[in-house]
Amino acid sequence: MIDKNLAPSRYQALKFGLWIGMASITMMFAALTSAYLVRRPAGNWYEFKLPVQFFVSTIIIIASSITMEWAYKSLKNQNQKNYNYGIVLTFGLGILFLVSQILSWKALVASGITIDLSVSGSFLYALSGIHAVHVIGGIAAIMVCVANAFLNSFTVSSMRLLKVDLVRQYWHFVDILWIYLLLFLILQ
Amino acid sequence: MSANHSPLVEKDKLIQELGYDDHFHEHHHGDKYQTNFLTTYIFSQDHKMIARQFLMTGIFWAVIGAAMSIIFRLQLGYPDADLSWLKPVLGKWITINDAGIGRLEPEFYYALVTMHGTIIVFFVLTAGLSGTFSNLLIPLQIGARDMASPFLNMLSYWFFFLSSVVMFYSLFLSTGPFSGGWTAYPPLSALPQASIGSGAGMTLWTVSLVLFVVSVLLGGMNYITTILNLRTKGMSMWRMPLTVWAFLVTAILGLLSFPVLASGFFLMLFDRSLGTSFYLSDIFINGQALDRIGGSPILYQHIFWFLGHPEVYIIILPAMGIVSEVLSVHARKPIFGYRAMVYSILAIAFLSFIVWAHHMFMSGVNPFISNFFVVFTLIIAVPSAVKVFNWISTLYGGNIRLNTPMLFCIGFVSMFISGGLTGIFLGNSAIDIQQHDTYFVVAHFHIVMGVAAFFGMFAGVYNWFPKMFGRFMNETLGKIHFWVTMIGAYAVFGPMHYLGMAGVPRRYYRFDNFDAFKDFTDMNKFITIAAIITFFAQLLFVVNFFWSMYKGRKMTEQNPYGSNSLEWTTPIETGHGNWPEKIPTVQRWAYDYGKDNKEFIQQHVPLAEGEEHSSH
Repeated sequence: MIDKNLAPSRYQALKFGLWIGMASITMMFAALTSAYLVRRPAGNWYEFKLPVQFFVSTIIIIASSITMEWAYKSLKNQNQKNYNYGIVLTFGLGILFLVSQILSWKALVASGITIDLSVSGSFLYALSGIHAVHVIGGIAAIMVCVANAFLNSFTVSSMRLLKVDLVRQYWHFVDILWIYLLLFLILQ
Repeated sequence: MSANHSPLVEKDKLIQELGYDDHFHEHHHGDKYQTNFLTTYIFSQDHKMIARQFLMTGIFWAVIGAAMSIIFRLQLGYPDADLSWLKPVLGKWITINDAGIGRLEPEFYYALVTMHGTIIVFFVLTAGLSGTFSNLLIPLQIGARDMASPFLNMLSYWFFFLSSVVMFYSLFLSTGPFSGGWTAYPPLSALPQASIGSGAGMTLWTVSLVLFVVSVLLGGMNYITTILNLRTKGMSMWRMPLTVWAFLVTAILGLLSFPVLASGFFLMLFDRSLGTSFYLSDIFINGQALDRIGGSPILYQHIFWFLGHPEVYIIILPAMGIVSEVLSVHARKPIFGYRAMVYSILAIAFLSFIVWAHHMFMSGVNPFISNFFVVFTLIIAVPSAVKVFNWISTLYGGNIRLNTPMLFCIGFVSMFISGGLTGIFLGNSAIDIQQHDTYFVVAHFHIVMGVAAFFGMFAGVYNWFPKMFGRFMNETLGKIHFWVTMIGAYAVFGPMHYLGMAGVPRRYYRFDNFDAFKDFTDMNKFITIAAIITFFAQLLFVVNFFWSMYKGRKMTEQNPYGSNSLEWTTPIETGHGNWPEKIPTVQRWAYDYGKDNKEFIQQHVPLAEGEEHSSH
């Protein structure tokens, strides 16, 4: 709850703003998945198995969340070496996730499920594609952290901790979003 | 700080004594954004400048959007008239026949109708209204230095600007702008070959609106964060002016509904460019069957109206907030039923999310499911009526100043009642079978959300013009503007109810060649003449606006209206950071008018000995 006598606090405001942003992204995927739910029983729906590569992607993005957490903890403990390792690893795993997603789409195309074959396939491409765009946003933010880690001196100010914390929260968010999408697709 | 703030007056001393010192002006990060022309006027991060940018862009679009409506009104009122004099402006969209008579191209007529809707709904009444006043008033009225993220706030304007540029460019395409209606229903919007505006015109339309959504989201994130986190000491939620409440709820609505529209547009873009069939099925073009099957145009309608219905409240809620505040200030009375006002805003906002299918009664939605939407649609009448009752009760027995802002507020209440009543007709799925897609619908939504929201906006502009530009707008011109607009708007939209009940459909190019509708020729002429007169009254407003910016009567005191809210405790020329030294702290709610025989008591004035908080 917000204290009614709260003094102006920019730190808290930024974190709060990020949460609002994540809420709006959630609404977007809520719309897409409910469109999926409404469309499916209407028939003309081509059933197929998810490519195995999607599960590889899932492992990669979960691993990247763990390294992100490690990087943040290291920064908090002022451990520069571990922070640098952690943030670079997260960045690499993020890129790897995108590559894995592209491989998944290639596998789909190879099995004959192109984007315009059936609405069921189109939805799969749309959901994973729009998710990938949000991952790219996260990777861009991590890239800024990486650049900071190597180009600037290592000082753990509260502002820097906050910035990395914001990146970390967004990164976990796209991770959870992907797990949600995958579970949704499996259970449907 | 700069030297342009006036010597301390009594009220400023209170800020000195009781204010909260956030050391804003000690480290000079506060002013680094305003060092040269570019950072002061163009890429400004100051919320007051961004507000003015939104307002100017909004006025620009309003003039274009209104001028478009005049052109298609000319077509409807005088289908046989010679429009060749428009050739210099419209170019090839006016074709001159052998007899030398210029005619408006039917395709362009549809483009005009589409663009009129898109421009007024999104660019004027969303960006121009909530963008302007949320930016101007939120930090000033809650006692904040600026928005939570001034940078994102600047981006919010520039995304809007970019979106405007794209839309403006689409007006000049050789195939014309998008022409399938502002709701962009597929298949007209999803198939580039469906009509001439569906190609490049629609592509630019979609790109423009995706940019627009980004702008709304960046703005909305900032508004909510600022209101919830950056209120000054003592400014509890229940002490906020109703304007701030309205902007808060508007921003929440936008954040929850615009992403849904964006996802609808993404699927649309896939359909247009990647060959998917989210919205397409069983389509024949020139007798040829298309191989796009399995999609559903109704799916788009659901997604669109899930935004589209909250959108009408995104438009009207800021107007309601402005009206509540201005009405109370100029009636010199506390707003009647402050808490009821807040709860009714919240109720309207909640209900707005579960009534979207009332736009789709005739689209083939299950009639049993329609009942659900009918019931919740009609329930919206309850909080709306609460608000109207409270506005009228605020006026009752007030010491009313009939100045221009006040007139527009009263006009707003009048329009909201007239337009709201016809909403009850249309909300019934059975009556909607007759009224659907007729001029009755056109009349309804133009009065209740078009004219009413414009009135709220005008009230806001006239009222806060001194805060924006340090000068007053001309009252005489303002009053002429009000009366011509008030009478003109009823003259335009009143007869449309009658046309609609007679079954005259909207979006037709001409009516004189239908036996059923050709009796309405004179009425259509009357509407057109009224529209032209009303349009010129709006130009009068624009002239007044820009003239007053430079030549208007100067503002000589900080608080010219004797208003309670915090924006009037800032210096006349408000610099970056809003208050030259400390931030005022808040001691009471925003509506202590006429309390203890004092005309008004500003929010930062502490309780007198023995005084109790007003119960509200």
